[in-house]
Amino acid sequence: MNLTLHVWRQKNTGSAGRMERYDATDVNPDMSFLEMLDVVNEGLISSGKEPIAFEHDCREGICGSCGFVINGIPHGPHKGTTVCQLHMRHFKDGDELFLEPWRAKAFPVVKDLVVDRGAFDRIIASGGYITARTGSAQDGNNIQIPKGAADSAMDAAACIGCGACVAACPNAAAALFTGAKISHLGLLPQGQAERDRRALGMVAQVNAEMFGTCTNVGECEAVCPKGISIEVIARMNADYLRASWKDRGARKESGE
Amino acid sequence: MSPAAITGGSGGTLRFFESTIFKKAVMASTGAILFGFVTAHLLGNLQIFVGQDRLNEYAAMLKSNAEILWGARSILLFCVVAHIVSTIQLLRVNRQARPVAYAKKNNSHSTLASRTMYYSGPTIAAFVVYHLLHFTTGTLHPEFSQADVYSNIILGFQRWPVAIAYIVAVGLLCMHLSHGVSSMFQSLGFSHPQHTPRIRRFARTVGILYFAGFASIPVAVITGILRAPIVHL
Ligand code: SF4
Ligand code: FES
Repeated sequence: MNLTLHVWRQKNTGSAGRMERYDATDVNPDMSFLEMLDVVNEGLISSGKEPIAFEHDCREGICGSCGFVINGIPHGPHKGTTVCQLHMRHFKDGDELFLEPWRAKAFPVVKDLVVDRGAFDRIIASGGYITARTGSAQDGNNIQIPKGAADSAMDAAACIGCGACVAACPNAAAALFTGAKISHLGLLPQGQAERDRRALGMVAQVNAEMFGTCTNVGECEAVCPKGISIEVIARMNADYLRASWKDRGARKESGE
Repeated sequence: MSPAAITGGSGGTLRFFESTIFKKAVMASTGAILFGFVTAHLLGNLQIFVGQDRLNEYAAMLKSNAEILWGARSILLFCVVAHIVSTIQLLRVNRQARPVAYAKKNNSHSTLASRTMYYSGPTIAAFVVYHLLHFTTGTLHPEFSQADVYSNIILGFQRWPVAIAYIVAVGLLCMHLSHGVSSMFQSLGFSHPQHTPRIRRFARTVGILYFAGFASIPVAVITGILRAPIVHL
């Protein structure tokens, strides 16, 4: 199959980018989208041109490195997959595809389709963990967790931090990602001790980065490769509002 | 590890009133109060179908106690102002969040109502101003009578451009409600796998029913179902 690609080319963060047209010829339907780009890049390299930069690592849909927007949909038209697991059989001969990076102030373009998602790391660093030492593996059922809570926590923990939710959001908000991280610890007993500080810290960081704000439209959950539900956003809102109400000031709480 | 490590991102300590989640909570709670008002307003309006005397008595009853009337009006005004101020503050954040637009963007997963809140909102606000000048103060109503609300409505809607403007405006209002009424639960932190779909259905039903209710009055006037008033001189 033959495809026409329009790809966002941008030299570096400081320069302006533009769409450029490429032909992808004799595409094998069993290739993944990234493999198709690999072949296009081979051609570019052999003709002395700069290959298209895109991010990837595991290529099995679990690391969260890859991702760009295909025809206006982050990770492309197939539901519940990352671009590395999106196969060319979902496209047809003659398709015209527009490839763009995640577009958000908080995700500056590094090059072409690669963006800097350091903002997500800083959100995690503001509370997306527990400080207690976990020690070695415990006996099963030592800490009792209701099945429903364990399931919901696991659903939220499936977030791979790819950033598609930000890319899909009309406001470029990071609510689904942050909600997933707050939920996955907040639903488990081990996460309770720092639940309030976690919500306060992570939401503060989201506000400090240049993300937009949630308007509850739900574009994020439609494109999330891990099917995270916007229920996690409500949980973030609830945790943040409750933590703000209970807050006695960080200094008093830690006894400093 | 010290707790400072956990609150130690560059976000530092965010003041509650400056947080976007607080502003969404303001939008949700003021929206809930305004929704309550719209509901009462609709039920009041529909008494026009009972008759001229019934509607005028109801209107006189509402205005009979100045303290209650102005108390309610102040609460509503406060809600409108808080709702709009929060929206503008959040809109400013959102406008900066995506400096380079997509060449192609597919937004087909969200509802039209949810994506057009920023447009339906200001239009409704402008309509409310016109509506107050039209039916409350009478400034923009050529045949206005202080005591005869019924005649004001009939004579007002007999001008068909006015009737159409009202129908369009209540249409936008109901679209706004069909997203807002369910969205406020999410903003205040209530979400549930079974209840949330019900709340969304409820909000959509509210949108349709309220539109039918509000629009029925200008339609009934234009089509002559609601007859010209009896003028008591
Ligand atoms: S919530 Fe979904 S879309 Fe957002 S970062 Fe996590 S996995 Fe990606
Ligand atoms: S490369 Fe790891 S998820 Fe796609």
